[in-house]
Amino acid sequence: MSLPRQPMRMREKLVLRVTSKLLIPLILLFGLYVQFHGDFGPGGGFQAGVIFAAGFILYGLIFGLNELQQVVPHRVVEVGSALGVLIYGGVGVVTILLGANYLDYSVLAHDAVHGRHYGILAIEAGVGLTVFSTMMLIFYAFADRGRAKEGAS
Amino acid sequence: MPPIPVELPLFILHLITAVLIARIRGLFSAAMLTGIFSLLSCCLFTLMDAVDVAFTEAAVGAGISTVLMLGTLALTDREERQQPVRILPFVVVGVTGAALVYGTFDMPPFGAADAPIHQHPLVATYVHGAHDDFHIPNIVTVVLGSYRGYDTLGETAVIFTAGVGVLLLLSGRRRRDGESDPGGQTPPPDETEVLGETSGGDE
Amino acid sequence: MTAIAGLWHYWLIIALMMVGLYIVIARDNLVKKIMGLNIFQTSVILFYVALAKVEGGTAPIIPEGAHDVVYSNPLPHVLMLTAIVVGVATTALGLALVVRIQEAYGTAEEDEIVRMDVEGLARRGDRSEGAQGAPEAPAEEVPA
Repeated sequence: MSLPRQPMRMREKLVLRVTSKLLIPLILLFGLYVQFHGDFGPGGGFQAGVIFAAGFILYGLIFGLNELQQVVPHRVVEVGSALGVLIYGGVGVVTILLGANYLDYSVLAHDAVHGRHYGILAIEAGVGLTVFSTMMLIFYAFADRGRAKEGAS
Repeated sequence: MPPIPVELPLFILHLITAVLIARIRGLFSAAMLTGIFSLLSCCLFTLMDAVDVAFTEAAVGAGISTVLMLGTLALTDREERQQPVRILPFVVVGVTGAALVYGTFDMPPFGAADAPIHQHPLVATYVHGAHDDFHIPNIVTVVLGSYRGYDTLGETAVIFTAGVGVLLLLSGRRRRDGESDPGGQTPPPDETEVLGETSGGDE
Repeated sequence: MTAIAGLWHYWLIIALMMVGLYIVIARDNLVKKIMGLNIFQTSVILFYVALAKVEGGTAPIIPEGAHDVVYSNPLPHVLMLTAIVVGVATTALGLALVVRIQEAYGTAEEDEIVRMDVEGLARRGDRSEGAQGAPEAPAEEVPA
């Protein structure tokens, strides 16, 4: 077998491909676990968003930026990062409409304790969405710049 | 001989890693060392009972920060230029460090349960509130989400602003010979790798 | 001697801070400076978390049906959670600025950039000979 003329692409390296195919679903599942179990153990929105983004970034690093942008288009992450902040602020507006102070979760359900549970769940979801989308957005920005540099030179 | 606390070797490794980051000239190695630095910080946080902080540091510091630095290094120079060693920064650092150490002599010893920070009534309010009013075991989540909810809203806005800022800085097309393309047209799609140039062509 | 026994954690953290400070003020490469800033931020966060630690305490998560458990102080943990995330936002923006500076000046070493600014040789993304002469701010390239 003759030596390759240029370095092998990452997707052609067997170990990287197999390992990432095994690991990426586990990473995404773990991210979801961290998101929803932030109440009962360490975790919450920030960590979950970052872990989720790390799974997708790993996919993008190994299989190529084009494939990643077909799975998670640029538009989706642009909208997602704003949507997360909107969800968080929106929970506060909902509590105002229900008659209490801004971000007073006790009115969100039939009793105060359940209302607070729902409130914290909703804002953690908003935070997780924004963090995931922003990390993907930053990665796309750096990677597109790199691709433009390679395409131009 | 008293037992050596387990934080001491970790702290020393931490210091060695930081000094290496300062001295090493190859920036890829320095970026990898920053990842190791974050991992050691995560271990130290866990030893000091800050599990949420350790989780965030592991995910953010060892994950995202390293990827961002590698992405930047794919676009900038790979090696730091050799510099002459100057005395003035050492003097400044030494004086500042000595002043800070002098300031620590007024502090309560490490781990003291009667330190003023623990006597504040707010701590008891939050710990009991998490148990009685919320029935949520993770006190940090309760404080972050509800007692200090406004701060977390501001923090989410800060993350969003950082994303917008990076978009503004990096999404226009690179200038070619004085022309500008502020529309941000992406080049024709081709099979380029994200960090392909940095893999060094091994195997 | 008892002072050392009670305070050596803080002194090691101050040593870390000083290494970070040294990198920021003494190294010329911009990416290296950002790494030094990262080290400084992490050591400050370590300092706060060290303040919160209680001897014999445990992580601030209430176990099932337990009473009279000593927890480490959760308030600095909350503050430091925010600080870490804001730190990564700052790092991302700083690195984006470094990329743009590299494209505008052709280098990421601070003394060369200052020299180019002083002599009015700011580039506009390519390394063509014959400088324009007028040191315009690179910010005009940012799309509106």
